[in-house]
Amino acid sequence: MRKNKMLVAFACCVFAFLFLPLFIIAVTAFGGESAITFPIQSFSLKWFANIFTSGSFISSFKTSFQIALFATLLALLVGIPAAYALARYTIKGKNMIQSFFLSPTIIPGIVLGFALYRFIVLVMRMPVFYGLLLGHFLAVLPYIIRVVGSSLSQFDFSIEEAAWSLGCGKVSAFFKVVIPNITSGIMAAFMLAFINSFNNIPVSMFLTGPGVSTFPTNLMNYIEYNYDPTVSAVSVLLMAGTIIIMFVVEKTLGIASLAK
Amino acid sequence: MEFLTLNKIDVTYDKKKTVLKGLNLEVKEGELVSLLGPSGCGKTTTLRVIAGFIEPSGGEFILDGRNYTKVPVHKRNFGIVFQSYALFPHLNVYDNVAFGLKLQKLKKAEIKRKVEDMLEICGLSEFADRFPGQMSGGQRQRVALARAMVIQPKLLLLDEPLSNLDAKLRINMRVEIKRLQKKFGITMIFVTHDQEECFSISDKVAVMNNGLIEQYDTPENIYLKPKTEFVARFIGFNNFIPLKKQSGGIFITERKELIQVEQETKLEEGLGTIRPDDILLADETVSENVMNATVGVRTFLGRSYQYEVDSTAGKLVVNAPIGKVYEPGDRVRVQLPKNKIIIVRKSM
Ligand SMILES: Nc1ncnc2c1ncn2[C@@H]1O[C@H](COP(=O)(O)OP(=O)(O)OP(=O)(O)O)[C@@H](O)[C@H]1O
Ligand SMILES: [Mg+2]
Repeated sequence: MRKNKMLVAFACCVFAFLFLPLFIIAVTAFGGESAITFPIQSFSLKWFANIFTSGSFISSFKTSFQIALFATLLALLVGIPAAYALARYTIKGKNMIQSFFLSPTIIPGIVLGFALYRFIVLVMRMPVFYGLLLGHFLAVLPYIIRVVGSSLSQFDFSIEEAAWSLGCGKVSAFFKVVIPNITSGIMAAFMLAFINSFNNIPVSMFLTGPGVSTFPTNLMNYIEYNYDPTVSAVSVLLMAGTIIIMFVVEKTLGIASLAK
Repeated sequence: MEFLTLNKIDVTYDKKKTVLKGLNLEVKEGELVSLLGPSGCGKTTTLRVIAGFIEPSGGEFILDGRNYTKVPVHKRNFGIVFQSYALFPHLNVYDNVAFGLKLQKLKKAEIKRKVEDMLEICGLSEFADRFPGQMSGGQRQRVALARAMVIQPKLLLLDEPLSNLDAKLRINMRVEIKRLQKKFGITMIFVTHDQEECFSISDKVAVMNNGLIEQYDTPENIYLKPKTEFVARFIGFNNFIPLKKQSGGIFITERKELIQVEQETKLEEGLGTIRPDDILLADETVSENVMNATVGVRTFLGRSYQYEVDSTAGKLVVNAPIGKVYEPGDRVRVQLPKNKIIIVRKSM
């Protein structure tokens, strides 16, 4: 049984390692001092108020949320059929295409951001919001294709053939029997892509412009010039939001469905 | 006029690998025809051509007087039972079976009646609310059958539908399939590589080899009168003696021994084949089709001994009753009864 105790102790250490920083951040958010200190000397909620009065946080949050949502939805729209085609048919150079889709997850974000900057901002001269949207779309598309693709690789395509044989056209069979059986993969891809886009700095850094900034870039700019606990307060709100979303997902879908 | 005709069907995968080469098949209405053959001979491919999943590069497929070669799968109205069952995992048994009917835009009440009847027939009424993941292999198999049959298909195609079941269930299910086939008078094409299964339920058997049908006949004829070496080997003949016809009923071996054969044949030259069970170890009194031989390896089979003997006509496998035991090296006389010898065409 000694081994077991060791294991428990080890698990506790890992948890502590993971949660201690979060705990410290959460505590500092409630400090009354004008710089982040731990432990806090006085209690205050003014930094939370600061988030809502400063305005730039709210507007950049909105921007980021919109970008993440639209970019992810767009990527799903393109990525699901692409993943389907890759999984369903034997296409020449399939492996090459697959590693091509993997590449943006390997090359440094900065490189991708800079390449997109050259193309989207300098060559195409797109409006900032659409440029950001396009950039994020390209950044998250590989995740969608990978995750949905791995879900489809588990799918028995004779199920689809069975639907055809029962009188279902190809398009309708895709929606009636393929999509319902990869929903967990689609959900997982959605979450992954959304979070990735929402947190993305390297791509956004190059593509944001006057008047439009994303939440993480805004946060970064803020930290550069201010050392007050507003960022801690922001983190607390984000954590709370995530916990609530996870709770709702758990209650409605079951967390297992995301892991599947 | 045949109900189903495959006329010189060619299928080539990846532009170079020819799998079916001018395959012909004719099936009468209401018949259960099996495609039997070793792995990779093209059974599934043939079935998929009929189903419409593969468009043949040559030839045509006629059903009930209509050319179906280019009709898309979803307009064919054939029932298909897949080896993996391919049930819809996200739908319960009732909705799985109702799937095809809903697409036919029937009234709700009619769908309900048909589905419930079919579930009843297949013994699945109590499982209507279950999902495929919660059922055993045999039950899933029946759902797959029910789903394919409920649309009253013109043709029912089954690709090794029993290969995932255990031995006892296989026998039950094949009786079940035969019963349903008779009840609805559905024309069925059944793919298998299990001889016994195929002989027991088929009206006709097509033995396939290398993308061609070697013999298409009733199970009895396939079993008793194979036409080619391949078919004979496939159903358990393993003695083959090269023979040439000399005159009616008399054949000559390579060593110029005369062998009498009862069976009529047009072949001038071929292989004489006989089952190990049919060869007799003879005493001195018989003289017809008798050869001298030396006993080689002996194997105990339970009901009999199997000997490999070296005869003047070549190596033979003989099953002899366990009454008398021969040792390797013993000299024996083997008799090939003339009514048990079959002349088959040599296969490549
Ligand atoms: N999609 C494909 N692409 C290329 N070759 C294929 C394809 N499907 C089958 N083949 C080849 O065609 C040949 C016939 O295959 P088929 O599946 O029809 O055999 P089968 O008789 O059903 O065999 P089994 O009893 O193993 O199911 C095989 O040599 C196989 O390798
Ligand atoms: Mg097969």
